[in-house]
Amino acid sequence: MSVEVSRAGILALLTDGGRFGQHQLGLTSGGPMDPFAFHWANRLCENAPDATAIEVTVGGLGLRFHGPTRVAITGAEVAVTINGKAVERWRSHAVKADDQLKIAYAQKGCRCYVAVSGGFQVKPFLGSTSTVVREGVGGLNGQALQNGDFIESASDNSQQCWRLPPAELPRYSNWLPLRVIPGYQNEVFHPQQQRLFFQSSYQVGKLSDRMGYRLSGPPIRAGVEGILSEGICLGAIQIPADGQPIVLMNDRQTIGGYPKIGSVLSLDLARLAQLKPGDKVNFAAITLESAHRALQLASKHFASVQAEAITVD
Amino acid sequence: MKIYNAGENSVVVYFSEHASPEVSARVQHTAGRLPQLLGPALIDLVPSYASLLVIYDPARCGQLELRQTIRKAAAGSSEDRATEKLVELPTWYSTAAGPDLEPLARHAGLAIEEVIELHQALEYRVYAIGFAPGFAYLGELDPRIAKPRLATPRAKVPRGAVAIADRQTAVYPAASPGGWNLIGLCPVTLFDPEADPPMPLQVGDRVRFRAIEQDEYRQLGGEL
Repeated sequence: MSVEVSRAGILALLTDGGRFGQHQLGLTSGGPMDPFAFHWANRLCENAPDATAIEVTVGGLGLRFHGPTRVAITGAEVAVTINGKAVERWRSHAVKADDQLKIAYAQKGCRCYVAVSGGFQVKPFLGSTSTVVREGVGGLNGQALQNGDFIESASDNSQQCWRLPPAELPRYSNWLPLRVIPGYQNEVFHPQQQRLFFQSSYQVGKLSDRMGYRLSGPPIRAGVEGILSEGICLGAIQIPADGQPIVLMNDRQTIGGYPKIGSVLSLDLARLAQLKPGDKVNFAAITLESAHRALQLASKHFASVQAEAITVD
Repeated sequence: MKIYNAGENSVVVYFSEHASPEVSARVQHTAGRLPQLLGPALIDLVPSYASLLVIYDPARCGQLELRQTIRKAAAGSSEDRATEKLVELPTWYSTAAGPDLEPLARHAGLAIEEVIELHQALEYRVYAIGFAPGFAYLGELDPRIAKPRLATPRAKVPRGAVAIADRQTAVYPAASPGGWNLIGLCPVTLFDPEADPPMPLQVGDRVRFRAIEQDEYRQLGGEL
């Protein structure tokens, strides 16, 4: 069966877990900006965690189902209707042919995820279906979803639906602490500049997107103007000549020549991805060991809570 | 060789502070051996001029083991492999195709023809691929025709633009913003998601430019 995009909205992208092992061709990793919400959307449809789903930025998406399936919407706080009737997020819903799903515009947070049973069936490019618009790869023809697109998916007549344990529901705020693993050229930043960086608040700028979150606040001076271009990892914090930090996100360029003070922990990047222009962040340094402990705990927790997902109906 | 943390699951390995064919060969040698040595613990690699970013799975490989493995991969001979491919890039050099050709010639104190000749005279090496798919950083340029990036980058550089920045040269695989000095147009497709492989250039390949006229540029599929 297929799912028709009746309205593409602001930005809707097909995505799986991301494209890995292709940096040597200059391809970025892409993938969901908020993997927590993405994985849950798939879990609620009984999919593999990295099955292809839709990432909706801000909102405005409309879908029409041409067969039976289950659908789950997770992420940003946004009004969702099926055939005009308000439905809950963070749970799956059984739908049938001609049902229409509409997503309004996010009130809190800014990205939500739409998964269907079995995941959307899209031909992968270099091992991944993740759309990277800047590179023209992934999704349908390397583009964001357009009005009138049809996406294949499996028919599913199951009526068994799932929801998240209530304690797991994320709360989206507009002020976020970000844990940072100091690294790269952090030594070229004078201790005074490092103190300024870790003691200041920064505001999310208008030019923030899937490539990078541009922040504004007290300028940080690096001891060098530029460096020999080198590989950039997810979450790397670049400090260009104007001293305004840029946190590099899923669609980042693979190579760059600005000095970097460290990298944001991925668990916090997922929350940063829900911030909007005008929201604020602070940075706190952590050791690599505590970063690894936090990742381990989060993955154990996800595995155990996944098993506790609650059936409804 | 120095290894620094980059992020929660990546380290950056510095082989030297400066780019050179020898350093690039060591980066390539190490990047070539790591997939086998790290197996499923390796997620991705970004080789660059004098560094290698190694993205790994911390659940599968501890810090100490990772660093030992990288040192092991870097050890041994890293002589330039003679099998490296030579790719020729036909280029229509002209002031019409390269709006910065004239200012660059003036900056260099050379005639336009001399700039074109010097650009073709050397064989370049692909030091890195990045910024965008298929964007190959080629070096090193003859210092006589080196010029810094534009003070204000252009909002749009056309697909196929042949460009110079400092002692590097490159071809823009697709239209994009860019701050390099444009000297001509190349009709070769440098990134095609439908092709196999999707791009003709790899790090370590050798590249030569060959001057063509506008007619040939169009015959080869170049866009105007």
